[in-house]
Amino acid sequence: MLTKRIIACLDCHAGRVVKGVQFVNLCDAGDPAELARMHAENGADEIVLLDITATHEARKTLVDTVLRTARELFVPFTVGGGIRSLDDASAVFDAGCDKITINSAAVANSQVITAIAKRFGSQAVVLAIDAKRKSVEAGNSKLEAEVYVSGGRKPTGLDAIEWAKEVESRGAGEIMLTSMDRDGTRAGFDCELTSAIAGTVSIPVIASGGAGSVQHFVEVFREGHADAALAASVFHFGIESIGELKQQLQNEGIPMRWPI
Amino acid sequence: MITLVDYRAGNLASVRKAFEHLGCETAITEDPDVVRRARHVVLPGVGHFAATEQLTKAGLRDAVAEAVSQGANFLGICVGMQWMFRDSTEAPGVDGLGLIEGTVERFPPDAKVPHVGWNTLESRGQSRILHNVPSPSFVYYTHSYRAPVVTETVGVTEYGMPFSGVVEKANCFGVQFHPEKSGPAGLKILENFAKL
Repeated sequence: MLTKRIIACLDCHAGRVVKGVQFVNLCDAGDPAELARMHAENGADEIVLLDITATHEARKTLVDTVLRTARELFVPFTVGGGIRSLDDASAVFDAGCDKITINSAAVANSQVITAIAKRFGSQAVVLAIDAKRKSVEAGNSKLEAEVYVSGGRKPTGLDAIEWAKEVESRGAGEIMLTSMDRDGTRAGFDCELTSAIAGTVSIPVIASGGAGSVQHFVEVFREGHADAALAASVFHFGIESIGELKQQLQNEGIPMRWPI
Repeated sequence: MITLVDYRAGNLASVRKAFEHLGCETAITEDPDVVRRARHVVLPGVGHFAATEQLTKAGLRDAVAEAVSQGANFLGICVGMQWMFRDSTEAPGVDGLGLIEGTVERFPPDAKVPHVGWNTLESRGQSRILHNVPSPSFVYYTHSYRAPVVTETVGVTEYGMPFSGVVEKANCFGVQFHPEKSGPAGLKILENFAKL
């Protein structure tokens, strides 16, 4: 049976893994190659590495970090952060990653999705959508979320659900949906938004932002209908052991790749 | 020496890295003469079955067929495995190698397509490629088309209905999933192939 995936995410700055709350206040969490290997050994189904300085500071080459990290990794490895073009994507693919994720570049020009998908295949293109809920007037039950770019700093005016449909039609193979409201809070994933997006597209949806407990993962798979769930600091600081998490999810009847 | 065939259909780097991790020497080539002389030929591939037309155009189809008939070991990965069959509905008119009878077809519409993620591989009978690989094992798939279960099927996965996860015929092997991304089970499969 196809299992739900648990993905460990490494946010990187200048070759070091960092963590912050709601996209600000970063602190050091370790070496990416070591952490990636550790998470994979402990049961992570995939590793995502995001270069978080990419879109607003001069970006040093990501390629070396990718090379080192990919060397000992034999589970799917996705890289993102400041990938702007087919050339940028090619460079990190050559360094050994399996998929790339793009966000701002796709919003600026959705044709880049198609260009990368055409060359490397749709399965290699993960579309990152950072979404923030819009406050609605009393009596309006419609779910609205706005797409943000540039590390969560710039609102785009795009509706997250419409954008999800658009990127799928352009050739994206998966969607990585980050709830900006929940990110770093450990208050749980935004299951309502995740479910809305999952119901709109037929490509896999990876939920991100807010993981703090086993129950949150249960909810995002059950109510959120996510195909995969991503978390960072809960794993780096050992708050949740990936193995224990998977065992408990399995006990709850959620199909898991466990034991590995 | 593991000879990886480059026919411009996706990412060779991951497969190469996995074999090198296992201690193998690797060579990437698009030269039919090199393929003809190889003892271990690997055909990776992602994307579209139509890309395999390049194999015929570049003289690689004949080279692979010749190498195999001389006893070389062959491993097809993903589209590389599909190519071992007669053809695929994904690219009508494009001939596969025809080593195994059958047509590769798209998953039926009631399944969410593409099939992406970790799924269970169950061994069927004895096979060299799955020697010491636990049954069931989890392997990583990402594809929209799949080969039917046939006589040569030695590993089965279920998605909607059973399909061929692994095929084996004499010295030719095919895996629909990505062994270089399938953790310990995947590496064991690559190791089995390298040791032939």
